[in-house]
Amino acid sequence: MEAKGRVFKYGDNVDTDVIIPARYLNVSSGEELAKYCMIDIDADFVNKAKKGDIIVATKNFGCGSSREHAPLAIKCAGISCVIASTFARIFYRNAINIGLPILECEEAANDIKADDEVSVDFTTGVITNVTTGKTYKSEPFPEFMQKIMAEGGLVKYTSSKIG
Amino acid sequence: MGMTMTQKILAAHAGLESVKAGQLIQAKLDIVMGNDITTAVAIPEFKKTGATEVFDKEKVVIVLDHFTPNKDIKAAQQCKCSREFAWEKDIKHFYDVGEMGIEHALLPEKGIVAPGEVIIGADSHTCTYGALGAFSTGVGSTDMAIGMATGEAWFKVPSAIKFVLTGKPAKWISGKDIILHIIGKIGVDGALYKSMEFVGDGISHLSMDDRFAMANMAIEAGAKNGIFPVDDKTIAYENDHTTKKYKIFEADEDAEYDEVITIDLSTLRPTISFPHLPDNTKTIDEAESLKVVLDQAVIGSCTNGRLEDMKIAADILRGKKVHKRVRTIVIPATQQIYLDCIKLGYAEDIIKAGAIFSTPTCGPCLGGHMGILAEGERAISTTNRNFVGRMGHTESEVYLASPAVAAASALVGYIADPEKITGGMN
Repeated sequence: MEAKGRVFKYGDNVDTDVIIPARYLNVSSGEELAKYCMIDIDADFVNKAKKGDIIVATKNFGCGSSREHAPLAIKCAGISCVIASTFARIFYRNAINIGLPILECEEAANDIKADDEVSVDFTTGVITNVTTGKTYKSEPFPEFMQKIMAEGGLVKYTSSKIG
Repeated sequence: MGMTMTQKILAAHAGLESVKAGQLIQAKLDIVMGNDITTAVAIPEFKKTGATEVFDKEKVVIVLDHFTPNKDIKAAQQCKCSREFAWEKDIKHFYDVGEMGIEHALLPEKGIVAPGEVIIGADSHTCTYGALGAFSTGVGSTDMAIGMATGEAWFKVPSAIKFVLTGKPAKWISGKDIILHIIGKIGVDGALYKSMEFVGDGISHLSMDDRFAMANMAIEAGAKNGIFPVDDKTIAYENDHTTKKYKIFEADEDAEYDEVITIDLSTLRPTISFPHLPDNTKTIDEAESLKVVLDQAVIGSCTNGRLEDMKIAADILRGKKVHKRVRTIVIPATQQIYLDCIKLGYAEDIIKAGAIFSTPTCGPCLGGHMGILAEGERAISTTNRNFVGRMGHTESEVYLASPAVAAASALVGYIADPEKITGGMN
Protein backbone atom coordinates (compact mmCIF):
# COMPACT_ATOMS: atom_id res chain seq x y z
CA MET A 1 0.00 0.00 0.00
CA GLU A 2 1.35 3.41 -0.98
CA ALA A 3 0.41 7.07 -0.85
CA LYS A 4 1.68 10.00 -2.87
CA GLY A 5 0.72 13.65 -2.86
CA ARG A 6 1.41 17.27 -2.13
CA VAL A 7 1.97 18.35 1.46
CA PHE A 8 -0.09 20.53 3.77
CA LYS A 9 2.21 21.42 6.67
CA TYR A 10 1.14 22.31 10.21
CA GLY A 11 2.87 22.74 13.60
CA ASP A 12 2.47 21.31 17.10
CA ASN A 13 -0.78 20.39 18.87
CA VAL A 14 -3.21 20.57 15.94
CA ASP A 15 -6.36 19.86 17.95
CA THR A 16 -9.60 18.17 16.92
CA ASP A 17 -11.51 21.45 17.41
CA VAL A 18 -9.59 23.07 14.55
CA ILE A 19 -9.69 19.89 12.43
CA ILE A 20 -13.49 19.84 12.67
CA PRO A 21 -15.11 22.41 15.01
CA ALA A 22 -18.00 21.23 17.20
CA ARG A 23 -20.40 23.56 15.40
CA TYR A 24 -20.29 21.09 12.48
CA LEU A 25 -20.78 17.97 14.60
CA ASN A 26 -24.54 17.96 14.25
CA VAL A 27 -24.06 15.69 11.23
CA SER A 28 -22.04 12.49 11.01
CA SER A 29 -21.56 11.87 7.27
CA GLY A 30 -17.89 11.95 6.27
CA GLU A 31 -18.62 13.78 3.01
CA GLU A 32 -20.50 16.53 4.84
CA LEU A 33 -17.78 16.84 7.54
CA ALA A 34 -15.05 17.02 4.87
CA LYS A 35 -16.50 20.33 3.63
CA TYR A 36 -15.31 21.97 6.87
CA CYS A 37 -12.08 20.02 7.40
CA MET A 38 -9.28 22.16 8.98
CA ILE A 39 -11.49 25.26 8.65
CA ASP A 40 -10.36 26.90 11.90
CA ILE A 41 -6.64 26.49 11.20
CA ASP A 42 -6.54 26.73 7.39
CA ALA A 43 -9.69 28.11 5.80
CA ASP A 44 -8.33 27.41 2.30
CA PHE A 45 -7.61 23.74 2.96
CA VAL A 46 -10.81 22.33 1.47
CA ASN A 47 -10.45 24.41 -1.70
CA LYS A 48 -6.83 23.39 -2.21
CA ALA A 49 -6.77 19.74 -1.07
CA LYS A 50 -6.67 17.21 -3.88
CA LYS A 51 -7.18 13.48 -3.67
CA GLY A 52 -3.99 11.85 -2.45
CA ASP A 53 -2.54 14.90 -0.70
CA ILE A 54 -0.66 14.41 2.56
CA ILE A 55 -0.78 16.26 5.89
CA VAL A 56 2.51 16.67 7.76
CA ALA A 57 2.59 18.12 11.28
CA THR A 58 4.88 18.07 14.27
CA LYS A 59 3.99 16.85 17.77
CA ASN A 60 0.68 15.79 19.34
CA PHE A 61 -1.44 15.91 16.16
CA GLY A 62 -5.15 15.40 16.88
CA CYS A 63 -5.11 16.31 20.57
CA GLY A 64 -8.37 17.06 22.33
CA SER A 65 -11.71 15.42 21.84
CA SER A 66 -12.44 11.79 20.97
CA ARG A 67 -14.51 12.80 17.94
CA GLU A 68 -13.97 10.23 15.19
CA HIS A 69 -15.35 12.96 12.95
CA ALA A 70 -11.79 14.42 12.88
CA PRO A 71 -9.94 11.57 11.08
CA LEU A 72 -13.12 10.94 9.10
CA ALA A 73 -13.20 14.53 7.80
CA ILE A 74 -9.51 14.29 6.83
CA LYS A 75 -10.00 10.96 5.06
CA CYS A 76 -13.10 12.14 3.20
CA ALA A 77 -11.30 15.35 2.17
CA GLY A 78 -9.08 13.03 0.10
CA ILE A 79 -5.98 13.00 2.31
CA SER A 80 -4.04 9.77 1.76
CA CYS A 81 -1.79 9.91 4.84
CA VAL A 82 -0.94 12.00 7.90
CA ILE A 83 2.69 12.08 9.01
CA ALA A 84 3.49 13.60 12.43
CA SER A 85 6.22 13.54 15.07
CA THR A 86 3.61 12.17 17.49
CA PHE A 87 -0.16 11.72 17.51
CA ALA A 88 -2.56 12.22 20.40
CA ARG A 89 -3.64 8.83 21.68
CA ILE A 90 -7.34 8.79 20.79
CA PHE A 91 -6.78 10.29 17.34
CA TYR A 92 -4.15 7.62 16.65
CA ARG A 93 -6.56 4.84 17.53
CA ASN A 94 -9.47 6.43 15.66
CA ALA A 95 -7.40 6.95 12.50
CA ILE A 96 -6.49 3.27 12.35
CA ASN A 97 -10.04 2.23 13.18
CA ILE A 98 -11.55 4.24 10.31
CA GLY A 99 -8.76 3.42 7.85
CA LEU A 100 -6.88 6.73 7.62
CA PRO A 101 -3.19 5.85 7.17
CA ILE A 102 -0.90 7.60 9.67
CA LEU A 103 2.83 7.43 10.38
CA GLU A 104 5.01 8.75 13.19
CA CYS A 105 8.39 10.07 12.03
CA GLU A 106 9.95 13.02 13.79
CA GLU A 107 12.70 13.69 11.26
CA ALA A 108 10.30 13.69 8.31
CA ALA A 109 7.81 15.80 10.25
CA ASN A 110 10.45 18.43 10.98
CA ASP A 111 12.07 18.42 7.49
CA ILE A 112 9.18 18.24 5.07
CA LYS A 113 7.78 21.59 3.97
CA ALA A 114 4.43 22.76 2.64
CA ASP A 115 3.88 21.94 -1.05
CA ASP A 116 6.65 19.29 -1.15
CA GLU A 117 5.73 16.16 -3.09
CA VAL A 118 5.94 13.15 -0.77
CA SER A 119 5.45 9.43 -1.25
CA VAL A 120 4.97 6.80 1.46
CA ASP A 121 5.42 3.04 1.34
CA PHE A 122 3.38 1.59 4.20
CA THR A 123 4.93 -1.88 3.92
CA THR A 124 8.46 -0.65 4.57
CA GLY A 125 7.66 2.57 6.43
CA VAL A 126 9.87 4.52 4.00
CA ILE A 127 8.84 8.14 3.42
CA THR A 128 10.35 9.85 0.34
CA ASN A 129 10.40 13.58 -0.19
CA VAL A 130 10.22 13.53 -4.00
CA THR A 131 10.91 17.29 -4.13
CA THR A 132 14.22 17.10 -2.24
CA GLY A 133 15.08 13.45 -2.89
CA LYS A 134 15.54 12.76 0.82
CA THR A 135 14.18 9.57 2.38
CA TYR A 136 13.13 8.82 5.96
CA LYS A 137 12.48 5.53 7.72
CA SER A 138 9.50 5.23 10.02
CA GLU A 139 8.36 2.16 11.93
CA PRO A 140 5.93 0.30 9.64
CA PHE A 141 2.68 -0.89 11.19
CA PRO A 142 2.34 -4.62 11.86
CA GLU A 143 0.64 -6.47 9.02
CA PHE A 144 -2.78 -6.72 10.66
CA MET A 145 -2.90 -2.94 11.20
CA GLN A 146 -1.87 -2.34 7.58
CA LYS A 147 -4.74 -4.62 6.58
CA ILE A 148 -7.19 -2.68 8.77
CA MET A 149 -6.13 0.54 7.01
CA ALA A 150 -6.18 -1.07 3.55
CA GLU A 151 -9.67 -2.51 4.14
CA GLY A 152 -10.89 0.96 5.11
CA GLY A 153 -11.21 0.47 8.87
CA LEU A 154 -11.71 -1.94 11.75
CA VAL A 155 -15.38 -2.67 11.11
CA LYS A 156 -14.84 -3.56 7.44
CA TYR A 157 -11.73 -5.55 8.37
CA THR A 158 -13.66 -7.45 11.05
CA SER A 159 -16.62 -8.22 8.80
CA SER A 160 -14.35 -9.27 5.90
CA LYS A 161 -12.56 -11.65 8.26
CA ILE A 162 -15.86 -13.12 9.45
CA GLY A 163 -17.36 -13.19 5.94
CA MET B 1 8.61 -6.63 38.36
CA GLY B 2 5.53 -5.09 39.95
CA MET B 3 2.59 -3.48 38.20
CA THR B 4 1.05 -0.03 38.41
CA MET B 5 -2.56 0.30 39.59
CA THR B 6 -3.71 0.67 35.97
CA GLN B 7 -1.73 -2.37 34.85
CA LYS B 8 -3.24 -4.51 37.62
CA ILE B 9 -6.79 -3.57 36.63
CA LEU B 10 -6.04 -4.27 32.96
CA ALA B 11 -4.39 -7.63 33.73
CA ALA B 12 -7.41 -8.73 35.76
CA HIS B 13 -9.77 -7.80 32.91
CA ALA B 14 -7.61 -9.58 30.32
CA GLY B 15 -7.52 -12.77 32.39
CA LEU B 16 -3.76 -12.49 32.78
CA GLU B 17 -1.52 -12.92 35.83
CA SER B 18 0.52 -9.90 34.86
CA VAL B 19 1.02 -7.41 32.04
CA LYS B 20 3.80 -5.00 31.19
CA ALA B 21 3.97 -1.64 29.46
CA GLY B 22 3.68 -1.90 25.70
CA GLN B 23 1.91 -5.27 25.72
CA LEU B 24 -1.22 -5.56 23.53
CA ILE B 25 -4.15 -7.10 25.37
CA GLN B 26 -7.84 -7.83 24.84
CA ALA B 27 -9.83 -6.78 27.92
CA LYS B 28 -13.40 -7.32 29.08
CA LEU B 29 -15.38 -4.11 29.52
CA ASP B 30 -17.58 -3.25 32.50
CA ILE B 31 -19.16 -0.20 30.83
CA VAL B 32 -19.32 1.13 27.25
CA MET B 33 -20.59 4.72 27.02
CA GLY B 34 -21.45 7.24 24.33
CA ASN B 35 -23.07 10.68 23.97
CA ASP B 36 -25.38 12.21 21.34
CA ILE B 37 -22.51 13.20 19.03
CA THR B 38 -20.45 10.02 19.18
CA THR B 39 -23.26 7.47 19.45
CA ALA B 40 -24.71 8.77 16.18
CA VAL B 41 -21.47 7.70 14.46
CA ALA B 42 -21.24 4.42 16.40
CA ILE B 43 -24.72 3.13 15.51
CA PRO B 44 -24.08 2.54 11.75
CA GLU B 45 -20.74 0.94 12.61
CA PHE B 46 -22.44 -1.31 15.18
CA LYS B 47 -24.91 -2.42 12.51
CA LYS B 48 -22.09 -3.14 10.04
CA THR B 49 -20.54 -5.62 12.51
CA GLY B 50 -23.62 -7.80 12.00
CA ALA B 51 -24.53 -7.67 15.70
CA THR B 52 -28.25 -7.46 16.40
CA GLU B 53 -28.12 -6.92 20.17
CA VAL B 54 -25.69 -5.15 22.48
CA PHE B 55 -23.44 -7.47 24.54
CA ASP B 56 -25.16 -6.50 27.80
CA LYS B 57 -28.16 -4.15 28.12
CA GLU B 58 -27.03 -3.07 31.59
CA LYS B 59 -23.46 -2.25 30.58
CA VAL B 60 -24.10 0.10 27.67
CA VAL B 61 -24.75 3.74 28.63
CA ILE B 62 -26.05 6.44 26.27
CA VAL B 63 -26.33 10.03 27.51
CA LEU B 64 -27.70 12.82 25.32
CA ASP B 65 -25.82 15.76 26.78
CA HIS B 66 -23.81 17.71 24.19
CA PHE B 67 -26.32 19.42 21.93
CA THR B 68 -29.34 18.91 24.21
CA PRO B 69 -31.95 20.19 24.74
CA ASN B 70 -31.68 19.95 20.94
CA LYS B 71 -29.99 23.10 19.69
CA ASP B 72 -31.09 22.82 16.04
CA ILE B 73 -32.82 20.51 13.60
CA LYS B 74 -29.69 18.55 12.70
CA ALA B 75 -28.89 17.98 16.40
CA ALA B 76 -32.49 16.90 16.93
CA GLN B 77 -32.18 14.35 14.11
CA GLN B 78 -28.94 13.09 15.62
CA CYS B 79 -30.48 12.66 19.08
CA LYS B 80 -33.48 10.94 17.55
CA CYS B 81 -31.24 8.26 16.06
CA SER B 82 -29.58 7.56 19.45
CA ARG B 83 -32.96 7.58 21.18
CA GLU B 84 -34.48 5.07 18.76
CA PHE B 85 -31.42 2.82 19.02
CA ALA B 86 -31.57 2.91 22.84
CA TRP B 87 -35.27 2.01 22.85
CA GLU B 88 -34.88 -0.71 20.24
CA LYS B 89 -31.93 -2.31 22.05
CA ASP B 90 -33.60 -1.87 25.44
CA ILE B 91 -30.59 -0.03 26.89
CA LYS B 92 -31.09 0.24 30.66
CA HIS B 93 -28.89 3.28 31.18
CA PHE B 94 -30.27 5.64 28.55
CA TYR B 95 -30.54 9.25 29.72
CA ASP B 96 -32.55 11.80 27.75
CA VAL B 97 -33.75 15.31 28.60
CA GLY B 98 -35.38 15.20 32.05
CA GLU B 99 -33.04 12.55 33.37
CA MET B 100 -29.82 13.35 31.62
CA GLY B 101 -26.86 15.21 33.03
CA ILE B 102 -23.34 15.76 31.78
CA GLU B 103 -22.15 12.18 31.32
CA HIS B 104 -19.04 12.27 33.52
CA ALA B 105 -20.92 13.77 36.45
CA LEU B 106 -23.95 11.54 35.87
CA LEU B 107 -22.32 8.09 35.74
CA PRO B 108 -20.60 8.28 39.15
CA GLU B 109 -23.68 9.94 40.69
CA LYS B 110 -25.92 7.10 39.46
CA GLY B 111 -23.43 4.48 40.68
CA ILE B 112 -22.99 3.11 37.15
CA VAL B 113 -19.19 3.13 37.41
CA ALA B 114 -17.21 1.70 40.32
CA PRO B 115 -13.62 1.17 41.51
CA GLY B 116 -11.52 -1.47 39.75
CA GLU B 117 -13.62 -1.47 36.57
CA VAL B 118 -12.55 -1.11 32.94
CA ILE B 119 -14.66 1.54 31.21
CA ILE B 120 -14.52 2.95 27.69
CA GLY B 121 -16.50 5.94 26.56
CA ALA B 122 -16.77 7.66 23.22
CA ASP B 123 -15.88 10.97 24.83
CA SER B 124 -12.36 12.04 25.65
CA HIS B 125 -13.18 13.01 29.25
CA THR B 126 -14.18 9.45 30.10
CA CYS B 127 -10.91 9.40 32.08
CA THR B 128 -12.92 11.16 34.87
CA TYR B 129 -13.84 7.85 36.56
CA GLY B 130 -10.20 7.29 37.45
CA ALA B 131 -11.12 9.40 40.50
CA LEU B 132 -12.95 6.31 41.76
CA GLY B 133 -9.97 4.01 41.18
CA ALA B 134 -11.26 2.61 37.89
CA PHE B 135 -9.42 2.33 34.58
CA SER B 136 -11.44 4.48 32.22
CA THR B 137 -10.45 6.01 28.94
CA GLY B 138 -11.86 7.88 25.98
CA VAL B 139 -12.18 6.16 22.61
CA GLY B 140 -13.80 6.89 19.26
CA SER B 141 -17.13 5.77 17.88
CA THR B 142 -15.76 2.64 16.15
CA ASP B 143 -14.33 1.37 19.43
CA MET B 144 -17.67 2.14 21.07
CA ALA B 145 -19.46 0.16 18.33
CA ILE B 146 -17.18 -2.87 18.67
CA GLY B 147 -17.41 -2.56 22.48
CA MET B 148 -21.23 -2.53 22.34
CA ALA B 149 -21.19 -5.59 20.07
CA THR B 150 -18.55 -7.69 21.87
CA GLY B 151 -18.02 -6.28 25.38
CA GLU B 152 -14.31 -6.20 24.71
CA ALA B 153 -11.62 -3.82 23.50
CA TRP B 154 -7.90 -4.06 22.75
CA PHE B 155 -5.45 -1.90 24.64
CA LYS B 156 -1.77 -1.23 24.60
CA VAL B 157 -0.77 -1.45 28.27
CA PRO B 158 0.43 2.03 29.27
CA SER B 159 3.49 2.95 31.29
CA ALA B 160 2.91 5.56 33.98
CA ILE B 161 4.02 8.79 35.57
CA LYS B 162 3.62 8.82 39.35
CA PHE B 163 2.51 12.12 40.88
CA VAL B 164 3.22 12.23 44.60
CA LEU B 165 0.95 14.87 46.12
CA THR B 166 2.04 16.12 49.52
CA GLY B 167 0.87 18.84 51.91
CA LYS B 168 -2.46 20.56 52.38
CA PRO B 169 -3.76 22.93 49.72
CA ALA B 170 -4.66 26.49 50.78
CA LYS B 171 -8.29 27.63 50.99
CA TRP B 172 -8.88 28.63 47.38
CA ILE B 173 -6.92 25.77 45.82
CA SER B 174 -9.21 23.18 44.25
CA GLY B 175 -8.57 20.05 42.21
CA LYS B 176 -8.85 22.26 39.12
CA ASP B 177 -5.91 24.42 40.20
CA ILE B 178 -3.82 21.31 40.92
CA ILE B 179 -4.46 19.70 37.55
CA LEU B 180 -3.92 22.97 35.65
CA HIS B 181 -0.63 23.38 37.54
CA ILE B 182 0.40 19.82 36.57
CA ILE B 183 -0.54 20.32 32.89
CA GLY B 184 1.39 23.60 32.90
CA LYS B 185 4.40 21.73 34.27
CA ILE B 186 4.42 18.70 31.93
CA GLY B 187 2.70 20.10 28.83
CA VAL B 188 -0.30 19.05 26.74
CA ASP B 189 1.59 15.95 25.59
CA GLY B 190 3.54 15.45 28.82
CA ALA B 191 1.79 12.17 29.60
CA LEU B 192 1.11 11.07 26.00
CA TYR B 193 -0.06 7.40 25.85
CA LYS B 194 0.64 7.06 29.62
CA SER B 195 -1.25 6.71 32.90
CA MET B 196 -1.12 9.51 35.42
CA GLU B 197 -1.18 7.81 38.81
CA PHE B 198 -1.83 10.15 41.73
CA VAL B 199 -0.57 9.07 45.16
CA GLY B 200 0.61 10.66 48.41
CA ASP B 201 -0.79 11.96 51.68
CA GLY B 202 -1.95 15.19 50.01
CA ILE B 203 -4.81 13.21 48.46
CA SER B 204 -6.53 12.88 51.84
CA HIS B 205 -7.22 16.65 51.66
CA LEU B 206 -8.96 16.35 48.29
CA SER B 207 -12.72 15.85 48.08
CA MET B 208 -14.19 13.46 45.52
CA ASP B 209 -15.24 16.48 43.44
CA ASP B 210 -11.61 17.69 43.44
CA ARG B 211 -10.47 14.25 42.30
CA PHE B 212 -13.10 14.06 39.55
CA ALA B 213 -11.90 17.42 38.19
CA MET B 214 -8.28 16.21 38.22
CA ALA B 215 -8.85 12.80 36.60
CA ASN B 216 -11.15 14.53 34.08
CA MET B 217 -8.30 16.63 32.71
CA ALA B 218 -5.68 13.85 32.46
CA ILE B 219 -6.50 13.83 28.72
CA GLU B 220 -5.36 17.46 28.50
CA ALA B 221 -1.85 16.21 29.27
CA GLY B 222 -2.30 13.55 26.55
CA ALA B 223 -2.73 10.74 29.10
CA LYS B 224 -4.58 7.51 28.47
CA ASN B 225 -6.01 7.67 31.98
CA GLY B 226 -5.63 9.35 35.34
CA ILE B 227 -6.18 7.30 38.46
CA PHE B 228 -6.47 7.74 42.24
CA PRO B 229 -6.07 5.11 44.95
CA VAL B 230 -9.28 4.02 46.66
CA ASP B 231 -9.40 5.47 50.20
CA ASP B 232 -12.00 6.13 52.90
CA LYS B 233 -13.46 9.05 50.95
CA THR B 234 -13.91 6.88 47.84
CA ILE B 235 -15.56 4.13 49.87
CA ALA B 236 -17.86 6.61 51.62
CA TYR B 237 -18.80 8.06 48.20
CA GLU B 238 -19.54 4.62 46.79
CA ASN B 239 -21.57 3.65 49.87
CA ASP B 240 -23.84 6.58 49.00
CA HIS B 241 -23.94 6.00 45.25
CA THR B 242 -23.53 2.44 44.06
CA THR B 243 -24.92 -0.99 44.81
CA LYS B 244 -22.34 -2.63 42.56
CA LYS B 245 -19.80 -5.01 44.07
CA TYR B 246 -16.32 -3.78 43.32
CA LYS B 247 -12.71 -4.77 43.78
CA ILE B 248 -10.04 -2.43 45.09
CA PHE B 249 -6.71 -2.53 43.28
CA GLU B 250 -3.43 -1.07 44.54
CA ALA B 251 -0.17 -0.47 42.72
CA ASP B 252 2.61 -2.89 43.65
CA GLU B 253 5.34 -1.39 45.80
CA ASP B 254 7.94 -2.28 43.18
CA ALA B 255 5.88 -0.97 40.24
CA GLU B 256 7.99 0.76 37.63
CA TYR B 257 7.28 4.37 36.62
CA ASP B 258 8.71 6.41 33.74
CA GLU B 259 8.97 9.35 36.06
CA VAL B 260 8.06 10.41 39.60
CA ILE B 261 6.94 14.02 40.12
CA THR B 262 6.37 15.37 43.63
CA ILE B 263 4.05 18.32 44.14
CA ASP B 264 3.66 20.13 47.46
CA LEU B 265 0.02 21.20 47.36
CA SER B 266 0.57 23.78 50.09
CA THR B 267 2.70 25.87 47.72
CA LEU B 268 0.16 26.11 44.88
CA ARG B 269 -1.60 29.30 43.86
CA PRO B 270 -4.91 29.53 41.96
CA THR B 271 -3.93 28.68 38.38
CA ILE B 272 -5.34 29.86 35.05
CA SER B 273 -4.71 28.49 31.54
CA PHE B 274 -4.37 31.32 29.06
CA PRO B 275 -5.30 30.94 25.39
CA HIS B 276 -4.95 28.72 23.44
CA LEU B 277 -3.65 25.61 25.20
CA PRO B 278 -4.34 24.16 28.66
CA ASP B 279 -0.58 24.09 29.38
CA ASN B 280 -0.24 27.87 28.94
CA THR B 281 -0.70 28.43 32.67
CA LYS B 282 -0.16 31.45 34.90
CA THR B 283 -0.73 31.91 38.61
CA ILE B 284 -3.53 34.21 39.73
CA ASP B 285 -0.89 36.76 40.72
CA GLU B 286 0.50 36.94 37.17
CA ALA B 287 -2.99 36.85 35.66
CA GLU B 288 -4.33 39.62 37.90
CA SER B 289 -1.47 41.96 37.02
CA LEU B 290 -2.44 41.63 33.33
CA LYS B 291 -6.00 42.93 33.95
CA VAL B 292 -7.68 40.56 31.51
CA VAL B 293 -11.07 42.15 30.82
CA LEU B 294 -13.90 39.62 30.40
CA ASP B 295 -17.17 39.39 28.46
CA GLN B 296 -18.41 36.05 29.78
CA ALA B 297 -17.97 33.65 32.69
CA VAL B 298 -18.99 29.98 32.48
CA ILE B 299 -19.24 27.80 35.57
CA GLY B 300 -20.12 24.20 34.79
CA SER B 301 -19.06 21.24 32.56
CA CYS B 302 -17.86 17.69 33.22
CA THR B 303 -14.84 19.23 34.93
CA ASN B 304 -16.53 21.67 37.33
CA GLY B 305 -20.32 21.34 37.30
CA ARG B 306 -20.62 19.38 40.54
CA LEU B 307 -22.30 20.42 43.80
CA GLU B 308 -19.10 21.63 45.44
CA ASP B 309 -18.42 23.84 42.40
CA MET B 310 -21.94 25.27 42.60
CA LYS B 311 -21.49 25.93 46.33
CA ILE B 312 -18.28 27.87 45.73
CA ALA B 313 -19.97 29.92 43.01
CA ALA B 314 -23.00 30.62 45.22
CA ASP B 315 -20.83 31.51 48.23
CA ILE B 316 -18.87 34.05 46.21
CA LEU B 317 -21.85 35.50 44.32
CA ARG B 318 -24.27 35.62 47.29
CA GLY B 319 -25.54 39.12 47.98
CA LYS B 320 -23.50 40.64 45.16
CA LYS B 321 -24.02 41.46 41.48
CA VAL B 322 -21.94 40.22 38.59
CA HIS B 323 -20.24 42.93 36.51
CA LYS B 324 -22.64 44.39 33.95
CA ARG B 325 -20.37 43.49 31.06
CA VAL B 326 -19.90 39.85 32.11
CA ARG B 327 -22.58 37.42 30.94
CA THR B 328 -22.42 34.81 33.68
CA ILE B 329 -23.65 31.32 32.85
CA VAL B 330 -23.88 28.71 35.60
CA ILE B 331 -24.73 25.15 34.59
CA PRO B 332 -25.12 22.41 37.19
CA ALA B 333 -24.02 19.12 35.64
CA THR B 334 -26.96 16.88 36.55
CA GLN B 335 -30.63 17.08 37.49
CA GLN B 336 -29.75 15.98 41.04
CA ILE B 337 -27.15 18.74 41.40
CA TYR B 338 -29.69 21.21 39.97
CA LEU B 339 -32.27 20.12 42.53
CA ASP B 340 -29.74 20.26 45.37
CA CYS B 341 -28.84 23.80 44.31
CA ILE B 342 -32.50 24.78 44.56
CA LYS B 343 -32.95 23.13 47.97
CA LEU B 344 -29.76 24.64 49.37
CA GLY B 345 -30.55 28.11 48.06
CA TYR B 346 -27.58 28.25 45.66
CA ALA B 347 -29.83 28.68 42.64
CA GLU B 348 -31.42 31.76 44.19
CA ASP B 349 -28.04 33.23 45.16
CA ILE B 350 -26.74 32.74 41.64
CA ILE B 351 -29.83 34.14 39.89
CA LYS B 352 -30.11 37.13 42.22
CA ALA B 353 -26.47 37.94 41.46
CA GLY B 354 -27.46 38.44 37.82
CA ALA B 355 -26.20 35.12 36.44
CA ILE B 356 -28.26 32.57 34.53
CA PHE B 357 -28.81 29.12 35.97
CA SER B 358 -29.33 26.56 33.23
CA THR B 359 -30.52 23.01 32.79
CA PRO B 360 -27.60 20.53 32.43
CA THR B 361 -25.79 20.56 29.07
CA CYS B 362 -22.22 20.47 27.73
CA GLY B 363 -23.35 23.43 25.57
CA PRO B 364 -20.82 26.28 25.77
CA CYS B 365 -17.75 24.18 26.67
CA LEU B 366 -17.39 22.94 23.12
CA GLY B 367 -18.95 25.95 21.44
CA GLY B 368 -22.15 23.99 20.86
CA HIS B 369 -24.79 26.39 22.22
CA MET B 370 -25.77 28.29 25.39
CA GLY B 371 -23.02 30.88 25.32
CA ILE B 372 -21.05 31.18 22.08
CA LEU B 373 -18.40 33.90 21.90
CA ALA B 374 -18.19 36.60 19.21
CA GLU B 375 -14.99 37.84 17.56
CA GLY B 376 -12.61 39.39 20.09
CA GLU B 377 -14.60 38.29 23.16
CA ARG B 378 -13.03 36.72 26.22
CA ALA B 379 -14.46 34.18 28.64
CA ILE B 380 -13.25 32.83 31.93
CA SER B 381 -14.47 29.29 32.13
CA THR B 382 -14.33 26.29 34.46
CA THR B 383 -14.34 23.99 31.41
CA ASN B 384 -11.39 21.96 30.15
CA ARG B 385 -10.19 23.24 26.78
CA ASN B 386 -9.21 26.65 25.45
CA PHE B 387 -8.21 25.74 21.90
CA VAL B 388 -8.68 28.24 19.05
CA GLY B 389 -12.42 28.59 18.42
CA ARG B 390 -13.38 26.18 21.19
CA MET B 391 -16.20 28.37 22.54
CA GLY B 392 -17.05 30.23 19.36
CA HIS B 393 -15.29 32.61 16.98
CA THR B 394 -11.66 31.75 16.12
CA GLU B 395 -10.72 35.23 17.33
CA SER B 396 -12.32 34.69 20.77
CA GLU B 397 -10.41 33.62 23.87
CA VAL B 398 -11.05 31.15 26.70
CA TYR B 399 -9.25 31.29 30.05
CA LEU B 400 -9.55 28.08 32.08
CA ALA B 401 -9.90 28.43 35.85
CA SER B 402 -11.50 27.09 39.02
CA PRO B 403 -15.10 27.96 40.00
CA ALA B 404 -13.76 30.31 42.70
CA VAL B 405 -11.64 32.30 40.24
CA ALA B 406 -14.45 32.33 37.64
CA ALA B 407 -17.05 33.57 40.14
CA ALA B 408 -14.74 36.22 41.64
CA SER B 409 -13.79 37.40 38.14
CA ALA B 410 -17.46 37.61 37.10
CA LEU B 411 -18.04 40.09 39.92
CA VAL B 412 -15.28 42.51 38.94
CA GLY B 413 -15.10 42.01 35.16
CA TYR B 414 -11.46 40.93 34.94
CA ILE B 415 -9.50 37.85 36.08
CA ALA B 416 -9.31 38.26 39.84
CA ASP B 417 -8.11 36.52 42.98
CA PRO B 418 -11.06 35.16 45.02
CA GLU B 419 -9.13 35.88 48.22
CA LYS B 420 -9.10 39.62 47.48
CA ILE B 421 -12.63 39.81 46.10
CA THR B 422 -14.22 38.04 49.04
CA GLY B 423 -12.08 39.68 51.69
CA GLY B 424 -11.01 36.25 52.87
CA MET B 425 -14.52 34.99 53.71
CA ASN B 426 -14.95 31.48 55.07
